[in-house]
Amino acid sequence: MILFDQVSKRYNGGNEALSNVNFHLNPGEMAFLTGRSGAGKSTLLKLIALIERASTGNVIVGGKNLNKVSRHTLPYLRRNMGIIFQDYQLLYDRTVYDNVALPLIISGFSSREVKKRVHAALDKVGLLRFEKKYPLTLSGGEQQRVSIARAVVNKPALLLADEPTGNLDPDLSREIMDLFLAFNQVGVTVLIATHDIPLITQLDKPIVQLDQGQLVSAEE
Amino acid sequence: MDNNNTDNQVQLRQLKPSFSSRFKDFFVRHLQVFFYSLGLLSRTPFSTLMTAAALGIALALPAGLYVILDHAKQLSGDFDSINQISLFMQKDLGEKKTLEIKTRLEAYPEIAQVKYITQDAALQEFQDNSGFGDALKALKDNPLPHLLVVYPSLTHSEPEQINALLMKLKQIKQVDLVQLDIQWLQRLHAIIHIGQRGILIIGCLLALAVLLIVGNTIRLAIENRRSEIVVMKLIGGTDSFIRRPFLYTGFWYGLLGSLIAVLLVNISLIIINDPLVHLSSLYESNLFSLGLMGIDTSVILLLSGCLLGLSGARIAVGKHLKDIEPK
Repeated sequence: MILFDQVSKRYNGGNEALSNVNFHLNPGEMAFLTGRSGAGKSTLLKLIALIERASTGNVIVGGKNLNKVSRHTLPYLRRNMGIIFQDYQLLYDRTVYDNVALPLIISGFSSREVKKRVHAALDKVGLLRFEKKYPLTLSGGEQQRVSIARAVVNKPALLLADEPTGNLDPDLSREIMDLFLAFNQVGVTVLIATHDIPLITQLDKPIVQLDQGQLVSAEE
Repeated sequence: MDNNNTDNQVQLRQLKPSFSSRFKDFFVRHLQVFFYSLGLLSRTPFSTLMTAAALGIALALPAGLYVILDHAKQLSGDFDSINQISLFMQKDLGEKKTLEIKTRLEAYPEIAQVKYITQDAALQEFQDNSGFGDALKALKDNPLPHLLVVYPSLTHSEPEQINALLMKLKQIKQVDLVQLDIQWLQRLHAIIHIGQRGILIIGCLLALAVLLIVGNTIRLAIENRRSEIVVMKLIGGTDSFIRRPFLYTGFWYGLLGSLIAVLLVNISLIIINDPLVHLSSLYESNLFSLGLMGIDTSVILLLSGCLLGLSGARIAVGKHLKDIEPK
């Protein structure tokens, strides 16, 4: 599903965030990406989501070389990914329902289909009763679950999460992780950047470690 | 983009939806955004109205001037059609000779009609209208000559053609005096011409102002919704999807602005109308009245307002939306 082939990323100003990274993740797999702050975890995720482009090397997602994805086709590629952020990136002037419905509306689903899928997604994250509320009235863990519902509502092949539990206490973090595990079980490929080592060592999933832009280990 | 996937992978969905499915959604989506953008504007009625009023004033000025100039042109058009040349015959020329000349003139292609006014009739009219009636009655002889009034045909009513006809009429021996006060008509034409140019310049400048006002308003709207745009881009919103509400917002501003402009122009016309009717009655002319703005002018104003709003939004969106990317 994801293949990094000798990928380097140098930002304007010269610091190399990733250097010569080779890495792959099979379809249906789930892996964790760890490392200290600044090790390049976010950059790696951004390259997959095409928020940044590789300076050298190839990033291949779902058989598509991202170097060849134009600005114009980029949105359609992103519809195949669910992206989850530490700070949730919700729209605070819209209800939970509207937030989750947004990817479907962008993709042009009929309103009946939107309703069905939004309800299914909210049900999965256990927030169906909050659909009419505004995100700011919810707790951090609940907001993160809204953003997960939004990420999965379009049934993407790939879920990317950047520090999804960074703002949450251990119990809530575990709940969020369980959600990701559940999605992985139904075949979604999941890649999560986190430095919550105690949590992820409990889970039997491969851990990819980055240090100063280089891949140091890929424990199986 | 090549779609060959030999691996037994979970496939990504087709990158671009088929044309037919995009076409099907097209109208529904546009309709949704059409009302959605109106809803956004109605959430902030005061600032929406402020902007629309600024646009309205900018559009009303050239539109109002145009309407007034258009009326002036019609007015001068009326004078064009009553272009007439007075031929004063030599004093001693008899009625029979005058009628001969009349017949000769009527054969000219550039002359539509010739009216014969005898010296008696001319005197009578003068007595009635000039206010010197009693004084004129004291005269022993009629001092007026016979008069032929020549009406040029419509195909020869341009100032140059009239001038040519004038030269021709002056050649006639028996004619004492040929009179046409064409100069004031030419001056009026010239003034109207300057007026038209002036309105063109004012119109262009104010159209630019409308573009800038809408552009700036949309730029602020984009700035206000920066985080929303980032989220939209992250979850796969295409540029045109993100652009659309802003374009419709520009359209609504243009429409509201031009509606206000139509209202302003018509109110001004109503205010001007009464004193104008009074003035025209003082000139003993047919009662001249401005009336309201014509339907066609209003439609053109509305259309150009919408178009300007849309273009202003398009410029702002094209310039600023690209700068907003997820980081």
